[in-house]
Amino acid sequence: MVGERLIGLSPAKQRAPNTYPLSRYLFVLLVVSLGALYAAPNVFAPDPALQIKPEDPDRGLSAAALERARTALAEAGIVLKSAELEGGSGFLRLASDGDQLRAREVVMQALAGGEDHHIVALTRASTTPQWLADLGAVPMSLGLDLSGGVHLLLQVDMEKFVGDRMRSMEETARDALVAARIRYVGRNWVQGTELRIPFQSAALRDEAAALLAEQFEGFEISETDVDGRPALEFTMVDEYLRQLEDAAISQNLQSLRNRVNELGVSEPLVQRLGRERIVLDLPGIQDSAEAKRIINKFANLEFRLVAMPGDRASQTETQDYRGTPTTLLRRNIVTGDQVTSASQDYDPETGLPQVSIGLDSDGGQRMNEATKDNVGRSMAIIFIEQKPRARTVLVDGEEVVERYTVEERRLISVATIQSALGYNFRITGLELGEARDLALLLRSGALAAPMYIVEERTVGASLGEENIERGQLSVVVGFILVMIFMVIHYRGFGLAANLALMANLMLLVAVMSVLGATLTLPGIAGIVLTVGMAVDANVLIFSRIREELKQRAPQQAIAAGFDRALLTILDANITTFFVAIILFSIGSGPVKGFAVTLAVGIVTSVFTAIMGTRALVNLMYGGRNLKALRI
Amino acid sequence: MKLPEFNFDFMGRRKLAGGLSIGLIALSLGALAVNGLNFGLDFTGGTLVEVGFPEGVDPEEIRSQLDDAGFVNGVVQHFGSQTEVLIRMPPQAYGDPAGLGDRILDTIRQQAPGAAMRQSNFVGPVVGEELAESAGLAILTALAVVMLYILFRFTKQFSVGAVVALAHDVTLVLGLFSLLQWTFDLAVVAAVLAVVGYSLNDTIVVSDRIRENFRTLRKGAPFDVINRSLNQTLGRTLVTSMTTLFVLLALLIAGGEGIRGFAAALTFGVVIGTYSSIYIAANMLLVMNISREDLVVPEKEDAKESYP
Repeated sequence: MVGERLIGLSPAKQRAPNTYPLSRYLFVLLVVSLGALYAAPNVFAPDPALQIKPEDPDRGLSAAALERARTALAEAGIVLKSAELEGGSGFLRLASDGDQLRAREVVMQALAGGEDHHIVALTRASTTPQWLADLGAVPMSLGLDLSGGVHLLLQVDMEKFVGDRMRSMEETARDALVAARIRYVGRNWVQGTELRIPFQSAALRDEAAALLAEQFEGFEISETDVDGRPALEFTMVDEYLRQLEDAAISQNLQSLRNRVNELGVSEPLVQRLGRERIVLDLPGIQDSAEAKRIINKFANLEFRLVAMPGDRASQTETQDYRGTPTTLLRRNIVTGDQVTSASQDYDPETGLPQVSIGLDSDGGQRMNEATKDNVGRSMAIIFIEQKPRARTVLVDGEEVVERYTVEERRLISVATIQSALGYNFRITGLELGEARDLALLLRSGALAAPMYIVEERTVGASLGEENIERGQLSVVVGFILVMIFMVIHYRGFGLAANLALMANLMLLVAVMSVLGATLTLPGIAGIVLTVGMAVDANVLIFSRIREELKQRAPQQAIAAGFDRALLTILDANITTFFVAIILFSIGSGPVKGFAVTLAVGIVTSVFTAIMGTRALVNLMYGGRNLKALRI
Repeated sequence: MKLPEFNFDFMGRRKLAGGLSIGLIALSLGALAVNGLNFGLDFTGGTLVEVGFPEGVDPEEIRSQLDDAGFVNGVVQHFGSQTEVLIRMPPQAYGDPAGLGDRILDTIRQQAPGAAMRQSNFVGPVVGEELAESAGLAILTALAVVMLYILFRFTKQFSVGAVVALAHDVTLVLGLFSLLQWTFDLAVVAAVLAVVGYSLNDTIVVSDRIRENFRTLRKGAPFDVINRSLNQTLGRTLVTSMTTLFVLLALLIAGGEGIRGFAAALTFGVVIGTYSSIYIAANMLLVMNISREDLVVPEKEDAKESYP
């Protein structure tokens, strides 16, 4: 008989039936203890807290500044649990959740006007005991649907970015040709990522090719005809296009990170997704409209001299300044890119809002050179803003949303140069809100390419809390129902299964915490489902034992039941594991959370059913002389 | 508590069950053809805002208020309670589509300053299409991978049987959502895939036993072997379905409005999946004329499989 051979060959040959060597029990105990250890941090509820850090990360927060914040909070009647300096940042733990927003306002005001610009972020400070944290045990992070917050998917408008780059190449080429006195034909040469310049003769074309070759690095140059005229064709090489895209996206990412910091988000996620998209997760943000406004703002400054009567018309343009047309030179002295520091404060004389600006060394030098010979002349500051717009158009009978950006240029200041300017100066003539935004945007750096929002998911704090409560309740209710059923149905074995189920839940939480997985509402649903399905492995084993009992003595039936169910359990769980992986690959956040718990749950439940339950059953029944077995 | 010894003639009623399944599939496909699915925001794109009010509100009032403000074709309904309202709005002709949720909130707050944003979602049309594509792809990939794995572990009859059973389950769940016009979103797709996982689990347990019995029982027609296997696994099938239904019940009752669709799809799917592993997967084996010879393996491999 197959069964007899099976028992005869099992590793328990020399020992009493259904006992494990001590090392096996210890192994199971070790795994479960580790699980308990790494699951433990999830039990400690975090404190609502404020994190204060100076804008310049190298400086670190001064004890004096922390003390000022603490005094201000005490005066405002907000109760603190503790105030600590940790790794250059100050952490203020609050006694109550409801105080967090008000406390942030109070602290921001208390620290305003000091030497450093400070960033005050809402956060949750862990209450995990230090010895656990030292072991690397951390709680699971909560997804946005549980913590509340904003999830944004931004599409980077590469077409516009590359188009701008092509047009600037066109200008470069034209300037070079004019300077070398090579005659060209027409003006609009750009088509997608190609640039075609027609010439009067082949000789001129060859001359131009030699001239332009250097400037068009990253382009493929070939000879062609346009309307029968000899022409040069410059095609952007794919590799170069990728480089441009990468550079633009990484600048956008950097700028977004700075902006998100300014918004006071303590644990943001800013990440590139695919070729042209950026994911932005802002946990804890209450005012999503404000966040979106700041994040997607595309603003810059240009500093120029006002034209004098002798200037050539081709080098000037005219713009409106408070109702008066003002003619400016086209050439920029410096732009917002060269700004290293910017803060909004008030003009001590007039009390009006202003922005104090510091330039980098190159920008400071240019500013100095441009202004020292032009004292008495006027300098203009242009505020440029790209505003994303959308309109619905009909394409082939279908409504399609078309995106475009409107560039608004506005002269915000025309002032006489009183003396040579250097690295630091200030801009007046803005409204308070404008001044604040401008300072923030200049500090964080401009976006290289415009972006628009293609997906937004915002969850309010109240819904997040409710989701946590409901999730916990469902896990507890489901868990209890299953445990009661198992004990009634399988008695002693049911008890073993229940202990295994508890160990399973603990291991699942531990593995998710160690992996740094994010817990979401569908993730909790996955845990609940795992609780229901995890007992399946035990059920398979137990019903097999019941069947074997008809033909065998109790101890042999137990051994045969475990052995024979193993293959079935593995087959069934491996296929389900595949499904979980496929689920993970379909991508969107919440579904991913579900897939992760499902996959991890399969692994832990196979372990607890095969090793854990077996160890328990062995401890309960193994080595004894059983006459009958009730299962 | 002990379940009695089972001795049902499952396969004797296979024609009846087959007819029932075909009928249900026809009904599902009919509903899908006539009604289609009530696709949620994830797939259609658009804007969805959930607003909580300090006291009960009439959705009709909110709708007319939004109408007056120029937001057209919106749907406003209660969500979970009298004080919460869900607003779905298709893309509007003017203004930035991503800012629509904020504009709707501003409009509502003018009349009800205490209204609080509970959630606000915007999905652009391109993203919606991508999500729909990847969801469909995921379901098809899952079926293909499963088919290959079972082909590798069992035989082609089992493989086809499992996939037909899974397709049956998926069709009926989709049919239910179409018939009742429940919102079909990404969470429901996740549930459908979880149903695939669950039903598969069940099918494999049953198939495993059928294969084992074909190998160990020397006599008996396929019909009897399958019947016997189904009876042997019935206890386990029922217990597992029961514990899974318990936790799903917990989710349905305590989980809140946000995952109701997910829990409902799974609950229905678990019932259907349990049925299909008996009547579809096993039935297909008989339809495809499985015989003992298909499962006889060389002695050596038989030994390996018996001592895991």
